[in-house]
Amino acid sequence: MTDVIFIILCTIGSLATLVAAIGVLRMPDFYTRLSVTVKASTIGSGLLLVSAALYFSVPDVTNRAVAIVLFLILTAPVAAHMIGRAAYMGRTKLWKESQLDELEGMYDEDHHLRSEQPKKGEQEEDEKKADPQP
Amino acid sequence: MTLYYLLYFFALPVNCIAMILVFIRIYKGPTVFDRIVALDLLITMGIGSIAIYSIITKQPLFLDVAMILALIGFLSTVAFSYYLEKRKDND
Repeated sequence: MTDVIFIILCTIGSLATLVAAIGVLRMPDFYTRLSVTVKASTIGSGLLLVSAALYFSVPDVTNRAVAIVLFLILTAPVAAHMIGRAAYMGRTKLWKESQLDELEGMYDEDHHLRSEQPKKGEQEEDEKKADPQP
Repeated sequence: MTLYYLLYFFALPVNCIAMILVFIRIYKGPTVFDRIVALDLLITMGIGSIAIYSIITKQPLFLDVAMILALIGFLSTVAFSYYLEKRKDND
């Protein structure tokens, strides 16, 4: 019975890792790649570590594995948010078929959040300031 | 016994193929951000491979290496994104 649980966990973990790799290779855009990577890789490594914890089933080893899983779950979204923010500030282009960019015009040049959403006229002025060439 | 067959002939090869695909993305990646995300994914896959290997060899000491690797991966991603956000012109 333990073997069955173990086989299921290892298989799902390996397949989730493979899905993450295929996603990071095939997705068309940086942001879609980021969203694929974080979720699938956390599930993949997390399930493999949980299977290791179940296999040894000694308290100290289980504690260590659970600590690694908790650390991954805590830190992966933080790292993804920081790299996504840096990429958006660096003007990484969206995919050409993306429908909506909710952050457009919400940040000024110094990477600070605007207090209010800019009106139409201000936004055009900002664009004129950004490139002075006629 | 089937467990070892599963780990040797399914889990480790699948992880290796996934790592090769991620290396292709690191080689191709149009921007530096793609490469950083792929590097983060590679480190996470390394943690999974270490877990499999520690089961195969029955040595739980390898999990310490996995913990240090998780720490280093998080820190490297945060440092890269911090300094890339400071930079003025990104290509």
